[in-house]
Amino acid sequence: MDGRIASPGRRRIQPDAPAAIELRNIDKHFGSVHANRLVSLQIKQGTIHGIIGENGAGKSTLMSILYGFYRADAGEILINGSAVTIRSPAEAIALGIGMVHQHFMLVENFTVLENIVLGAEGGPILNRGLAEARTAVDTLKRDYGLDVPAGALISGLPVGLQQRVEILKALYRQAEILILDEPTGVLTPKEADHLFAVLRKLRDEGKTIILITHKLREVMAVTDSVSVMRKGELVKTLDTRSTTPAELAALMVGRSVNLSATKSHRKPGRCVLELREVSFTDAAGVERLKNVSFALHEGEILGVAGVAGNGQSELLEILSGMLRPTAGHIFLHGQSCLDLTARSLRRRGVAHVPEDRQHMGLVMSFEACENIILGYHDSSKYGAYGLLNRHAVIDDAKKKMHAYDVRPHLPLLRASLFSGGNQQKLVLAREIDQHPDVLIVGQPTRGVDIGAIEFIHQRLIELRDRGKAILLVSVELDEIRALSDRILTMCNGLVVGECTPAAAESAISLMMAGISPDKAA
Amino acid sequence: MEMFDALVPVLDSAVRLAVPLLFACLAGLYAERAGVFDIGLEGKMLIAAFAAGAMAAVSGSSWLGLLAAVLASASFALLHGFATITHRGNQIVSGVAINIIAAGLTAQLGVTWFQRGGQTPQLPPQSRFLEIDLPGAALLRDVPVLGGIYSGIVSGHSLLVYIAFLMVPFTWWIIYRTRFGLRLRAVGENPAAADTAGISVAYQRYMAVLCGGVLCGFAGSYLSIAQSSGFVRDMTAGKGFIALAALVFAKWRPFPAMAACLLFGLLDAINIRLQGTPIPGIGILPVQLMQAVPYVLTVALLAGFIGRAVPPKAGGIPYVKEL
Amino acid sequence: MNRRADLPWWADYLLIPLLNLAAAFVLSAILLIAIGEDPLAAARIIVEGAFGQAEGLGYTLFYATNFIFTGLAFALAFHAGLFNIGAEGQAYVAGLGVALVCLYLDFLPRPLIFILAAIAAGAFGAAWAFVPGYLQAKRGSHVVITTIMFNFIASALIVYLLVNRLSPPGSMQPETRTFSPRARLPFLHDVLAALGPSISQSPLNVSFFWALICCVLFYILIWHTKLGYELRTLGANPMAAVYGAMSPPRLVMIAMMLSGCLAGFMALNEIMGSQHRMILDYTSGYGFVGIAVALMGRAHPIGIILAAVLFGALYQGGAELAFESPNITRDMIVLLQGLVIMMAGGLEHLFRPNIERLFAMRRPSIAGAR
Repeated sequence: MDGRIASPGRRRIQPDAPAAIELRNIDKHFGSVHANRLVSLQIKQGTIHGIIGENGAGKSTLMSILYGFYRADAGEILINGSAVTIRSPAEAIALGIGMVHQHFMLVENFTVLENIVLGAEGGPILNRGLAEARTAVDTLKRDYGLDVPAGALISGLPVGLQQRVEILKALYRQAEILILDEPTGVLTPKEADHLFAVLRKLRDEGKTIILITHKLREVMAVTDSVSVMRKGELVKTLDTRSTTPAELAALMVGRSVNLSATKSHRKPGRCVLELREVSFTDAAGVERLKNVSFALHEGEILGVAGVAGNGQSELLEILSGMLRPTAGHIFLHGQSCLDLTARSLRRRGVAHVPEDRQHMGLVMSFEACENIILGYHDSSKYGAYGLLNRHAVIDDAKKKMHAYDVRPHLPLLRASLFSGGNQQKLVLAREIDQHPDVLIVGQPTRGVDIGAIEFIHQRLIELRDRGKAILLVSVELDEIRALSDRILTMCNGLVVGECTPAAAESAISLMMAGISPDKAA
Repeated sequence: MEMFDALVPVLDSAVRLAVPLLFACLAGLYAERAGVFDIGLEGKMLIAAFAAGAMAAVSGSSWLGLLAAVLASASFALLHGFATITHRGNQIVSGVAINIIAAGLTAQLGVTWFQRGGQTPQLPPQSRFLEIDLPGAALLRDVPVLGGIYSGIVSGHSLLVYIAFLMVPFTWWIIYRTRFGLRLRAVGENPAAADTAGISVAYQRYMAVLCGGVLCGFAGSYLSIAQSSGFVRDMTAGKGFIALAALVFAKWRPFPAMAACLLFGLLDAINIRLQGTPIPGIGILPVQLMQAVPYVLTVALLAGFIGRAVPPKAGGIPYVKEL
Repeated sequence: MNRRADLPWWADYLLIPLLNLAAAFVLSAILLIAIGEDPLAAARIIVEGAFGQAEGLGYTLFYATNFIFTGLAFALAFHAGLFNIGAEGQAYVAGLGVALVCLYLDFLPRPLIFILAAIAAGAFGAAWAFVPGYLQAKRGSHVVITTIMFNFIASALIVYLLVNRLSPPGSMQPETRTFSPRARLPFLHDVLAALGPSISQSPLNVSFFWALICCVLFYILIWHTKLGYELRTLGANPMAAVYGAMSPPRLVMIAMMLSGCLAGFMALNEIMGSQHRMILDYTSGYGFVGIAVALMGRAHPIGIILAAVLFGALYQGGAELAFESPNITRDMIVLLQGLVIMMAGGLEHLFRPNIERLFAMRRPSIAGAR
């Protein structure tokens, strides 16, 4: 595979050319889960096609089949009109299909160049292959504006640049079809715009781009056509120009959706949690939080907006006692709580719904009832003298699961067998039912179906109406605006500014990019 | 000058003692860099030593012995690969199992085939790898310092010794300068990245494990048909674990591995030399103390007292496709 | 040990281990045929030797006692996500503790000697496991490698002590003097003889009961205490453990010490209950067999007892086999053990996909909870 790339330019697509990709009746089961049900789809060459759907709708599975990660149980794939079988990523790459994964597939201690050539080294001896690759990569960088230092180690690059390496990888392998899986989750709005510009350029040259996303906004902004998937089926394919976000949302869910929860206006009470000049430097020496100060009051939901990776995760972990700040003060009910452990914080009424329920909030291999006591197992109601009273635990689980409509109502069922929404409700049941004064929540509806989203949002508003304080961290701006009384925006470890939900979206976007409102004026 | 003369045999001895460690250590390097923990080095060395001794006794040829050793060790390596790569079994347990299987198998077959309580027959010189005198060794012997080093330490070893030391730069070149090495390191650090780039993780790991098997074959051969004249029960006596310690001590890199093996070989040589001899001011050092030093040093390294040892990121974890 | 949800419990805990065992036997049978022996005859001798007479049964249970202790040791650390490969060294050092009590404190009343010896065994074993545990907890040093290293360090240490310090003056043997009769654990055949029934002589001694008691305590600890919950959480999901206000470093150290303590109790059975003196290398591989026992027994005390009896039977039956057939040595049993470890641990998933397929065919698809 040589690295020579033809120079860019607008390519004329013949009007009656075969579709770049055609899927016919793709069907896939995973055990008893019917992930793709007879999905048929045609994507024209030289377009940006969005595939939108909730978590579990089957979009990732479909694309994985296209990329050779899985094999469909039934159905055909045609590339440029000819039927093909794709049994592995190597075969997909040979067919000109490239994929930019949601979680980057990069080797941390290799250089950018080594990562790009991995799999297409150009010969058994590296030096020769690398030299050729370098010239080809330089050309690509120039043509598409994907500037990255070729000799830098991946581990030293920020996330936005790492994604560029992923794209360069696909282009280096001469991908004509590019699949991007939730690419903007880790980008600021400005970086996302830059990505879209790159995608448009690629499209203009005749490349076919598939964008998997759950963000309606993105679909409207950059795609030419869009397919909606729901529960494994392809519901409809539409021309983007002729549809609206509301229509797409309705198709995703199957009914009309109220995109914003309603809440009454409340006057916040006294301050329960206060941060003063809190800073945190992580083990690698990177400053994750810089002089963060804010106050949280009774009866309010304080939203923290911002792209993931700007210090919000560290903020959550510090407030729940999992990490110690390197500087600053935190006051809970007026008393310093810097030296408190996670255990004592819980006892003092601080509950934490973590961002990552699968790796932090739950033990997937434990039963639901064993998960219900996580973090609270010390309590005497679950047993005395260090013993664990299983009956008490199971009873408690039954009560909580009923109150929060966690289905199925089986306390002995393993957590991994519940759906994302029910898992999240399990975590919420555990945390909220302990009657905390302060609830710290991260990404409460990530990977949760819309029905459960509404339920969870109601619960949070209820908690606030009962006079409790909630700190809500979320990358979903819609969620933040729907639920929060006040919004803080974080960028690069700093609190850039504060606003109300009524503020213009442009203002918040600017803040997410690090430009504080006074400077923007 | 006298001290130098006393030193030369010790250094010579150190080289000989380091060689089986070096082969085994490099063997472990290939496997572990690819993400497959291999604590079965001991077992592979043992089966190789037995195969070499048995084949050399039966056929009379040292080269056939070497071949048999490589084949035996490679098949055990493939077994380890089969269990851990194809069937995603636990790598630690597989390694422990291989050590025990090798111990039982070599002893049982030794008794069944040769009836000498587990030994293979004594080998005549022509069936072993004998010492080779490098050109000019006799001539240069009297040259001060360098001559002594050349003729006393560098020359006069069997062919396998020279091969062992040549394997070090060769391994370095393979790991860092070839496509094979790049892919090997990739599957050891982030197998998913290699998979999505179109590389077969399983194939790459099998190849790595196989390389390890071949090198352990050399290690075992050296023990039974170069250093000694036949296989003796439990001949490896923990050398496979010292090699593992050396690998960790060397942070999984080829040239430091050579240094670590030479160091441990030197400690062993000093230990043997000093046995029973009092050191001025300290008295007699217990034999066991010196024997324990390589292990203590490795623990000290792992504890971070002598720098940090970071293993390949995907080491010990079977690769399962998941998105 | 995680159970996969697709299989009924008995398939996971009984069927697959039995299949693995059968496979190991089949492979050994092939080797037996290759060296000209009859595998079925060999199997008969093994079974008869292990269970046929009371004496054989006594030996079988005696060996099983060792394996219960080392199996529990590995299983406990395993629940916390740790691989304690150091049971050999921990048991070895524990032997030192027992020997010290029995040699120097044998003037005390007998019950006190027993209690102190048990404490010494547990304490010395725990202490030897403490350092690798501490290094893993505080410095991130991989416990597999450190425990292997500590096995060898223990070996060097004990050899030194036995050769230079603990052997009686004038003796050429690297072992301590024989313990006085007060400092010996009573044999079961003696205890029973005093009560009435008489059984054949064997080294089976009262530490067998202690092993069974440890199984009960193990079960209660792991599944019915808050500490056990914390250990299991750490093993299943370390991040969730931190989130759940647990302290992984503390738990790692506790797990390793408890594990070492259990391994150490093996010294009671061997040193105080059978050998009646401390000898070189008395652990002779029992620590590694403990790994197989724990894995076959799915880290559950009932499974461990069954697997321990199985391996005990192999040891005893194998000794009979080696005695009766000149061509077969004890090493055949070592080989069989290695194969069982491989099938139970390395290749434990070999049969699983096929079994799962069998069960999937018989059962209609579960309407998922999703």
